[in-house]
Order: sequence, then C-alpha cells, then structure tokens
Amino acid sequence: MQQSGNILFSGVGGQGILLASELTAHAQLAAGFDVKKSEVHGMAQRGGSVEAHLRYGERVYSPLIEPGTADILVAFETLEAARYLPYLHENSAVVVNTMQIMPPAVATGAMRYPGDVLDELTGRGIRVIAVDAFEIAREVGELRTANVAMVGAMSIFLAVSPGVFLDVIDRKVKERFREVNKRAFEAGRARVQAMQ
Amino acid sequence: MSFDSDNNLWLSGNEAIALGAWEAGVQVASGYPGTPSTEIMGNLARYEGVYAEWAPNEKVGLEVAIGASFAGVRALATMKHVGLNVAADPLFTAAYTGGRGGLVVLTADDPQMHSSQNEQDNRNYAFAAKLPMFEPSDPAEAREMMASAFALSEELDLPVLFRTTTRVAHVKGVVRKGERRQVAAASIEKMPAKFVMLPGNARVRRADLEERMRRARERAETLAENRVEEGSGRRGFITAGTSYNYVKEAFPGAPVLKLGMVWPLPEKMIRAFADSVEELIVVEELDPFLENHIRAMGIDCRGKDLIPGQGELNSYIVRTAIEPESRRELFAPLDLPMRPPNMCAGCPHRGLFYCLSRMKDIFVSGDIGCYTLGFLPPLSAMDSCVCMGASVTVAHGMDKALGREGSGRIVAVLGDSTFMHSGITGLLNAVYNESHATVIILDNRITAMTGHQQNPASGRNIRGEPAHAIDFEQLCHALGVRRVSVVNPHRINETRKVLAEEIGRDETTVIISRAPCVLLPEEVRRKKPLYVTELSNCTGCRACIGLGCPAISWHPLTASEAVARGYREKQKGYAEISAVQCNGCGQCAELCTFEAITRKEAD
Repeated sequence: MQQSGNILFSGVGGQGILLASELTAHAQLAAGFDVKKSEVHGMAQRGGSVEAHLRYGERVYSPLIEPGTADILVAFETLEAARYLPYLHENSAVVVNTMQIMPPAVATGAMRYPGDVLDELTGRGIRVIAVDAFEIAREVGELRTANVAMVGAMSIFLAVSPGVFLDVIDRKVKERFREVNKRAFEAGRARVQAMQ
Repeated sequence: MSFDSDNNLWLSGNEAIALGAWEAGVQVASGYPGTPSTEIMGNLARYEGVYAEWAPNEKVGLEVAIGASFAGVRALATMKHVGLNVAADPLFTAAYTGGRGGLVVLTADDPQMHSSQNEQDNRNYAFAAKLPMFEPSDPAEAREMMASAFALSEELDLPVLFRTTTRVAHVKGVVRKGERRQVAAASIEKMPAKFVMLPGNARVRRADLEERMRRARERAETLAENRVEEGSGRRGFITAGTSYNYVKEAFPGAPVLKLGMVWPLPEKMIRAFADSVEELIVVEELDPFLENHIRAMGIDCRGKDLIPGQGELNSYIVRTAIEPESRRELFAPLDLPMRPPNMCAGCPHRGLFYCLSRMKDIFVSGDIGCYTLGFLPPLSAMDSCVCMGASVTVAHGMDKALGREGSGRIVAVLGDSTFMHSGITGLLNAVYNESHATVIILDNRITAMTGHQQNPASGRNIRGEPAHAIDFEQLCHALGVRRVSVVNPHRINETRKVLAEEIGRDETTVIISRAPCVLLPEEVRRKKPLYVTELSNCTGCRACIGLGCPAISWHPLTASEAVARGYREKQKGYAEISAVQCNGCGQCAELCTFEAITRKEAD
C-alpha cells in the first residue's frame, strides 16, 4: 500500500470540489493515514478557478502540494486540468471531467477555448483518464452527483478499498442523497475500470 | 496514527479555534466577517453557553469583547488582518487596562492576498501595541493554543493576540477534542485606576505594561509552545506558524526552534539554540519580524536574504531558497485563458454596474465586497478601491479637489454591510461638508462575499433569529441627505434614468440599489422565470454580452457558417443563454431590442 501521496482537486467554483475532497480525506483517515487538506474560500469561490490540496501519509506537516509532486490530479473541468500542469510529474494520473465551462474571456468572444488542451498533458507522457462525469450522474439519476462520480473514477488509483469510500458516503452524505451518491461512486469507478 | 472519531475530529483551523475557545470557557465573542477569519464566529455561535454576535465592524467587536472581559468573563474578538487596523484604537489602550476575564484578539492574515487588498503582517501589531501573540501551525495546535492564550491573558493581565494565516484557518486536519472548562461568573467590579484611561491613570498603567511585558518575556522562556526539536546537521531553523510545516518537510531531521508565541521572544532560548548550530536560518512568511528582533539581540542569522518576503511560502520555495541546487525540472505552465472570479448569473450588482459602465466621464469610487468584481471587463466600471468604507470618503475628496469640474461625475458604490461597517460616518461628512457626489448603496440583504453572514440590515442575528433591520432611507435622511432614491437594478432602463438624474444633481444624493443576493436560500428556492434565446432573431449585436453574465456565451461564426444558419453574411456570431446557469434576472432581456431573448415562466 502506498505510504503517502498528494491529490490535487481543481475545477470551477460551485462544482462540488469541497465535498469530493472531503470524502477522499475521510477515506484516507479511515485507512489509517494522517491527512491535511487546504482550501481557499472567499472571493475565489465566485466562479473562478478553485483548488484543494490533499496530502496523506504517516505524518503530514505541510498542507500544500509542492509543484511537480501531485500524484493524482482530479480536474472537474478540462481547462482546469491543463492549468495545473506545473504540479504534475511524469507518473501523475490525471482524472478529468470532459465538461467545458467557458471562462469570461471565452464567453465574451475575446479568446477561444483551446481545443486540444488535454493533448498538452498526454504529449508530455502524463496519463490522462477522461470521464464524462455528467453522463454518469445523469445515468444514476441525479446531476448533482457528478463530483462523487469523479471520486469513484479517481479511487481506482488509491490503495483504499471502495468499501471504505462507501462507508464514508454513508456517514457523511444526507440520507436522501446517500444511495444515489453511492451509485455515482460505483459507476465512476466502473467506468475507469472498463478503460484499463 | 489512526483516526478515532471518539476523541478526534476532522476540523478546519477556524473550526478548531471555535472548539478551543469554547473549551477554554469563552462566554462572549464578537467579530466582523472577513476571509480567512469568518468561520470562527459562525461555528462558535453553535456552541451552548457562548454569546456570539456579528458586530458592524471590528472596532465595535473588540470593544464588546473588552467590555465582557471587564465584567470578568473570557472574551474573544475575531477579524481579518485589515480588520485589526480598524480595531487598533481600542487594542493599544486595552494593553494598558488589561481586563478581568481573559481576552483573546484573533487576527487572520492573508499572505498572497487570496481574498484581500493587502498582505500586511500583523505580528507587527504585537510589537507596536506591546502584547503577547500566539501563532499556531495547524488546526490541532490552534485548538490547544486557545486554552494557553486565555490562561496567559489572565496570568499577565494582558489581552493576547492570536494570529492565523489562510494556511491554518482554511486547512483541515485531525484535532483532539476535550472538555469545556468551568466558566467564571460575571460581575461588576469598579477598578477606575485600571479601567479609566485618563492621563494620570494611563501613565501608571503605561509603566505597569512594561512590567507585565517583562513577565511575558520571562514566561516565553518556559512556555510549552516554544520548543526545540533536536536534530542533526549544521543548519538550525527558527520558525513559526505555517512556515514550521514547510521547514519540517524541506529539511526533515534538522534542528528546529519552533516558536508558538511569536512575541515577546524567548531571548535565552534563542541564544542557546543559535550557539548550538553552525548556521541559523529564520524561516517566516512576509516581514522579517523574527529575524529583525533576533538580529537586535546581536545574534547573527540568515533570513530574508534567502526567503521571499512577499506572498505565501511552501516547502518547495523554502527548500530551493536555501538549497538552489535542489530545484527540479518542472512542467512549464501553459498559456490558457484565465478564470478570474465573476459575479454570479442573476447577480443584482451586474445591472447596476452595467448602467455605470455606460455613463461617460464618471469616476466610480468603489469598495470592498463581491461588487468589487464590477472592476473586471466587460463591465470595467470601478476606478478605485482602497478599504472598507473608503468609497464614500474618496469620492468626497475627489469632489472637493475637482470643484466644479467634478460636478455630476463622482459616484461612490458600496454594499449594505460595508456601508454600516464604515460608510455611515463618511456619508455624514459628505453631507456636512457639502459634497456633490452620489453614493450608491448596493442593498442585497446580506454580507455576501464572506458567505452570507447576517448584518444589522438583514433582519436576522448570527443564529438566524429575527432582529431589528435598519431602514437605510430613514438613516440617510437623518444624516441630512435630502434625495434618497431606490432602484431595482435588474430593471436596467429605469435604473439608468435614475442614475443620470441623481448623479447630475449638485448635492449629495443617495441611490439604494435594492435586490436580494441570488445565492440567498430563499432566492435559490424561489421559482424563477427562465430567459431563452430565440436564435433566429439574434442579430449578433452583442448588447447582452456586454453584461458579462456567466450564463450567456458568444459563439463566433465565419461568413459561410452565418449564411448556413440563415443569418446575414456579415453577422459575426450569436449569443446563447445556458438554461442550467440562468437565474432569471431578466437584465439581458431588457437590453435586447430584437426579441431574441424571451421570458418563460417557471412551471
């Protein structure tokens, strides 16, 4: 079992990154690791780029991932995967939601959304796993579970068993949304397993 | 280390501080929201046996806490770093008076300015006000240190400053929980020589402050929060706060003197540590605070000649600053469209700033809040922003400097909570000294940017219970403003008319732009109409694009694509509303003159 690691979450304010990183943190705690997680609140949440750093190991001091040391990047939006390239190394795994959200300069026509942005990652030898998390969320019947589907997709790269994640969902998600979130987690995980 | 949920919690630094303060027996707490301090008060309000409140500003909050301390109970004031500038007046004199119950003043600094207008280092306040200051490195320590801070405050008869930074406040980690301490009974005790700071009394307390700080320096030598972590190697580090974490990761195994109390400093401990290592390096974010004071002891060290003095640090920055050869090859960042924060779809501020953006030759004096985003293109409708409340006073100063030239051209814009924080006195001054500027109060019924805190205009207190809501119209009239208009900023055409009329007047006028924040729970629940684009009617005029609404996007077309879609060959593109993102404000429909945006009622 991997003894320590760095997981970076990125996306756009309002996409549910906080819940996704919380579930992952609790799963790592349940697996016996020390965990630290860093978030940014305030103005950064108003539709801007957002990130959460999660680090686990026997004893974690720093809450911040060093550039070039993110083992897994979970990107909730395509452009927000490419933006964090300096955090990656050659053996990083990037799990990216294929969704595209136009930044203001693109929405107003001043710039174009770069079309081949994931090639910039694969071209550097980085492993990219593209997942349509919204399609998965739609299939399980609740659009708001796309973030948990992403956690499921990412979970394949962790030594923590899926059962631990399902337990965490049981403990941390409101009863009304529990079952649908568990289905989203399992569907996200199955989608990536099918790709391997 | 395993996580056992009976004794451990997974908490942010701010949640841990609320827990620590509660366990330490805090009974009264007051603060003003400000990133990264806000969640402390929100959490503390949920505990039994604590009175917590939102104050209209930090000076008020600190004075409330001083009052509670005078009544003999433990009290806490919370604020962000710039809030302590507002509260500096009571702070410096509270050092003289001391209190009865322990008094802790929490300042949350924001290196890197994630959500602030400057990155001042508030450790300098501890030196300037002559007060002890604690600084934790992570949530677990933050909880423990709260108890020490309250105990030391009572032991030394001094308010104790408690500094966090974003990477403590908004970091989550494992925190051990404990029991609440027995609390003191409040009482009235008259101690005029201690509490009435007239010169005669103040001179005595001034001298006594030196004695109390002498004892604080002595205590620093034995305080558990200051500790040496033995190690090997020629280099030794002195560090505090989140910088400690970076040192531990960048140089594991090196000897470290960790300071949990960053003022006053334990000189003997520092001297002994310095003697035990070949090279002494001070690692701290922002100012060379520890470094300067260590050098003043005559101890040679390195610090800001290596470590950056601006922005946040991390373990990579610390390691490579000290050992440049450890720099590794990194992937270079890509050149990508930036994604700055933006006002939400349906935000009422957008309508108001759109109207301002269409007025020629006006200067918009802005303020601190979500609406500062009105500065960004395509609205680009803010010309200055300094600090809380400065919109009104800066506008008045410009008006006086410009004289007749300024007539009809100077506008101040500030939010409801900011107006109450420190805009009221500015408006009083503007009326009294005959300003010709117009003040626009953006009344969205909540303190929005920090995450929806109640305020004296929202009609609810911190626990969500009904409270008195101030009447802005009456207040402005009472200050002497003769013309107070109210507009609905979603009605763009009407708002433009009122703006042109009122800004043009030769007297101080107030416009209240009133519509609730779209993220308020009742607004989220409300069934709203949906605006849809009739693409066949779109002429590509881009009028709606000028709003910068995240729900509207522009699709560029080539001439042949335009023709294929049945548009004129010259049409450069079309605009489309995303049904998922539209919040039904209708601002875009008012701007569209081609019936390309139509309203669909909620089902």
